[in-house]
Amino acid sequence: MFEAVLLTVITAATPLLIAAIGELVVERSGVLNLGVEGMMIMGAVVGFAVANQTGSGTLGVFAAIAAGMAMSALFGFLVLVLVTNQVATGLALTILGVGFSGLIGEAFIGIPGLKLPDLYIPVLSDIPFFGPVFFQQDALVYVSFALVIAVAYFLFRTRLGLVLRSVGDNHVSAHALGYSVIRIRFAAVLFGGACAGLAGAYMSLAYTPQWVENMTAGRGWIALALVVFSSWLPLRVVIGAYLFGAVSVLNLHAQAVELDIPSQLLSSLPYLATILVLVLISANRRLTLVNTPACLGKPFVPDR
Amino acid sequence: MRVELVKRKEHSRKMALLSPLIAVGLTAIAAGFIFSISGHNPLFGLYKFFIEPLTQEWSLNATIAKATPLILIACGLSVCYLSNNWNIGAEGQFVVGALFGSALPILMPDFESAATLPLMMAFGAIGGALWALIPALLKTRFNTNEILTSLMLVYVASLLLDYLVRGPWRDPGGYNFPESALFSDAATLSTVPGTSLSYAAPITLIVAVVLAVVLGKTIKGFEIRVMGESPRAGSFAGFSAKKLTLFSFAIAGGLAGLAGTMEVSGALNQLLPTISPGYGFTAIIVAFLGRLNPFGIIVAGFVLALSYIGGEAVQSAMGVSNKIASVIQGLLLFFVLACDTLILYRIRFVGRRGSAGEVSHV
Amino acid sequence: MGDGVAETETMSGDGGAARQSRSGKDTLLDARGLIKRFGDILANDRVDLVINKGEIHALLGENGAGKSTLVKMFYGSLEPDGGEILWQGQRVDIGNPAAARELGIGMVFQHFSLFEALTVAENIALALPNPGRMSELANRIQSVSRDYGLPLNPDDIVADLPVGIRQRIEIVRCLLQEPQLIIMDEPTSVLTPQEADLLFLTLERLAKEGCAVLYISHRLEEVKRICHHATILRHGQVVRECDPTKETPASLASMMVGADVASVSASSQKPQIGETRLALKNLSAKAATPFATALNKVSLDLRAGEVVAIAGVAGNGQGELFDAISGEMQVAADMVVLDGKPCGNRNITWRRRQNAAFVPEERLGHGAVPGMKLSQNIVLTRHRTGDKLVSGFFVSNANAGKMEQRIKKSFDVRMSHDDPEARSLSGGNLQKFVVGRELDRKPGVLIVNQPTWGVDAGAAALIRQALIDLARSGSAVLVISQDLDEIFEIADRIAVISRGYLSAAEPTADMNRERVGLLMAGGAEAQGEVA
Repeated sequence: MFEAVLLTVITAATPLLIAAIGELVVERSGVLNLGVEGMMIMGAVVGFAVANQTGSGTLGVFAAIAAGMAMSALFGFLVLVLVTNQVATGLALTILGVGFSGLIGEAFIGIPGLKLPDLYIPVLSDIPFFGPVFFQQDALVYVSFALVIAVAYFLFRTRLGLVLRSVGDNHVSAHALGYSVIRIRFAAVLFGGACAGLAGAYMSLAYTPQWVENMTAGRGWIALALVVFSSWLPLRVVIGAYLFGAVSVLNLHAQAVELDIPSQLLSSLPYLATILVLVLISANRRLTLVNTPACLGKPFVPDR
Repeated sequence: MRVELVKRKEHSRKMALLSPLIAVGLTAIAAGFIFSISGHNPLFGLYKFFIEPLTQEWSLNATIAKATPLILIACGLSVCYLSNNWNIGAEGQFVVGALFGSALPILMPDFESAATLPLMMAFGAIGGALWALIPALLKTRFNTNEILTSLMLVYVASLLLDYLVRGPWRDPGGYNFPESALFSDAATLSTVPGTSLSYAAPITLIVAVVLAVVLGKTIKGFEIRVMGESPRAGSFAGFSAKKLTLFSFAIAGGLAGLAGTMEVSGALNQLLPTISPGYGFTAIIVAFLGRLNPFGIIVAGFVLALSYIGGEAVQSAMGVSNKIASVIQGLLLFFVLACDTLILYRIRFVGRRGSAGEVSHV
Repeated sequence: MGDGVAETETMSGDGGAARQSRSGKDTLLDARGLIKRFGDILANDRVDLVINKGEIHALLGENGAGKSTLVKMFYGSLEPDGGEILWQGQRVDIGNPAAARELGIGMVFQHFSLFEALTVAENIALALPNPGRMSELANRIQSVSRDYGLPLNPDDIVADLPVGIRQRIEIVRCLLQEPQLIIMDEPTSVLTPQEADLLFLTLERLAKEGCAVLYISHRLEEVKRICHHATILRHGQVVRECDPTKETPASLASMMVGADVASVSASSQKPQIGETRLALKNLSAKAATPFATALNKVSLDLRAGEVVAIAGVAGNGQGELFDAISGEMQVAADMVVLDGKPCGNRNITWRRRQNAAFVPEERLGHGAVPGMKLSQNIVLTRHRTGDKLVSGFFVSNANAGKMEQRIKKSFDVRMSHDDPEARSLSGGNLQKFVVGRELDRKPGVLIVNQPTWGVDAGAAALIRQALIDLARSGSAVLVISQDLDEIFEIADRIAVISRGYLSAAEPTADMNRERVGLLMAGGAEAQGEVA
């Protein structure tokens, strides 16, 4: 039973983890992209649609990544080249994404989906309990962990990662030293879009293999909160994602235990938990001030 | 080739007026494009979407009916956005306001008097304001980002509504449908005599005019505008950012709650699991398109209400999904933001530099 | 000093003769006819400049003369719109800072180009084309910095470091690339006099080693002290070149401004000192954020009729002190006393109604709202001070407009059209407006933070005279400033703030720069702790 619970936690946590790690890179470069929800849901619908039409889950995943990147490119153009307000533009991205996904998805409501297969590793997957939990997940779960490790290595052990962090810390100085702030941020934004799209694909191809309108149900926003919770440190994103994953499956399992709590209350727990977490983190002023990328959300116009 | 932004010395008044118009134009072009991609005649689609609803009385009334809550909510949001308080939870404040407003007719269905409606509307406004004060207090007390908190509360509010309508507030005589009992006449917002417009419309108009006066001519309006642009200058002027946050969220929540109550008591006449086609979010677009100015918001409210009606129209006339309405709304916001850049900057296209050894000329 | 250097005076357009006589085999940089435009503004107009090996070359000019723009073109941050640059005789196209660094040009920025959240080593690595392994880099940083007498610890996080050390990082960063030309933009504006002396030693050593230094400054005493040659810019053009050692600060100043600068006349009468208008009693406040400075038992009596100046290098608590006095930051009631009334816990509006007025350091964003018209900016500080700007809830735009006209005339604020947005004014004009707005009220107590920072000489003289006149008319004036020249010019008494401690205020006649420098470097703290 515990094993079953743990499996559901993993599937709930994975999309959060992927979306959050992407947004972490974006924010580290100094850009705030509130459009994660919109990009995620576009990833979900495009991934589903392509997988359905081509019969290939893998193609669906790649299409979803492309969709996320396309949306983030639009965001990047507005925010980095035209220097529009980042908060409003991110919201616009979400509204557009949710709307567009509804449009595309209409044709796919109710159709059974393609589920990404679980990986099977001989010998390792057969270990009782640990086997299925650690070694028999679908590929994207492993990708999520690989992403976290790759991002951590990139940010803190490579020169390019140092440059990216410097851009988020002080874009004026970075520009004065000759780094192309806009190009670096654009690349980060595209990476964030790819991750959001991938997370969305996970939702419609692994978590619940079907398309339901608005199926991300605010997970993109929770991913944003996770970035704050993690103090912009990649390894902490894992903790946050799994905590939230656990909270969000409570509803599922409470019914099995026959607790007499209204299901709506249980469903609202992830959102309430997000608020609580945000309050706790922000109440510690020193922590927020010291870890937040100093230029987060600030517009940048180079003088040439 | 490079796009370069040259900062203007001052805000361009010309562009401030032109930018929303350009944005609408670009959206129309994009919409036409979408129509033709899905195999339909773009001009016919645009006509059906934007123009035709204005030509017939029934659709004009429907447009006004949809514009009213949008304008009311957007007026409240403009106070928030002007003062740099990013209230994204208007949808939730709308719902909770409707819940507070409906409490009276649902829990005391026999209370029918001239006071019923005014009380309902007062409760509705208070309910919306209280719901909005949650993220506001979290911001002033704990410095928590209001965007995420106000948004999370939207989901909570919808779940609360769902719970009440399926559970304690469900109509006992309603055959188990998830809806509340119908409101009595005393609790129903009627139409203005001689028209088919709900009272919600004139109330909204009055609110917009009052807001215009407050923002443009009073010291409070001055405070709001200063705090939004330069919080440090606002503090230097003696204004309190925290008090203003609470004030603006309360106003926005109150107006959203009022809109919710009027919608439920007028158009819907009962509580249902869904009482809003996303008014709280569309109102955000209305606020931006309307330049955060009450008169602009009135016009923008119409444009966006039109998009709802137009969506239905193209669906019945051309078989295009009515979801195209939300796509067009999202595109409109994008174009508004992009065009707004022209108010602060001039755009210059810079050619490539010469090869090494030559000096570039612009 | 290179050979073939002749003292030449040139007017712009006749650069050929001067350039020829100064350029030779030792010439590093030869700029010819450089032009740079920003929109309609011609920031650099056919500028010629020659820098030779081992030369400390001053670039003089007022704020807005085009100095920063010119050097940014040398460093590749900006592209010239016309003209050419020769480096060691070859035409070059400096496309970006990395290219400049490769040529051997380094730059130490006025406002520093450092990254707060990163370590010293990481900051330096970002400016090097090939930083190599971090551990090797750390060793090089330690040895080079120690060698030049500017020791640094590679693992320190920049946010924790004081300003003087931060400049060292910028300098060591340049030195690690073995530059042939170092450009320094107003390097001493953030240093105590003693730290400045240390910097001059370093520069002289570099010059002996053959490195050239392009030294931007408006501090004429310094330029006289260490520079071999000076080029003077005015309104984007080269107006003179000279040997600063043969000039006086006054002659250099008039070359910069093009006219005799009105010198500020301290009143010939001795100040008539009245009763104490503002008293600070053991004012202490914790740092509001990790990057702020705590205030420690600051005590001061400000009396009617006098100008008291608080000297200090940036970042020692000036902003925090200003906020505590103005009321933006509230403290215990009896720590701030206005005209005998304890008001440490009262807000700024209350203090204004007691006839106190305030001018903060940042005019755009704090003293004025950039996007609002001047008339609206008057309402900003005077909406509750009995000026008939607000009746009931309503703002009287008509009255605001009248006041704007009045202030414009009295303080010679120049603008391109009537009632413009604050940010379209030049620095000097906006500062005149912001100061004028408060002086127009004839306040009993005026607190000003950095009255003439970033302001042209004409406006600065006007403002300083206005401050003295206000004091002589019976008000109490407190000036917080980083500019020692200004302080010695206008103050009757001088105190020094350092790390949140304030030294005792002493008559100007008893103070000199050296004493002030010592107090800045920690003497104030020592006094404060003993007190």
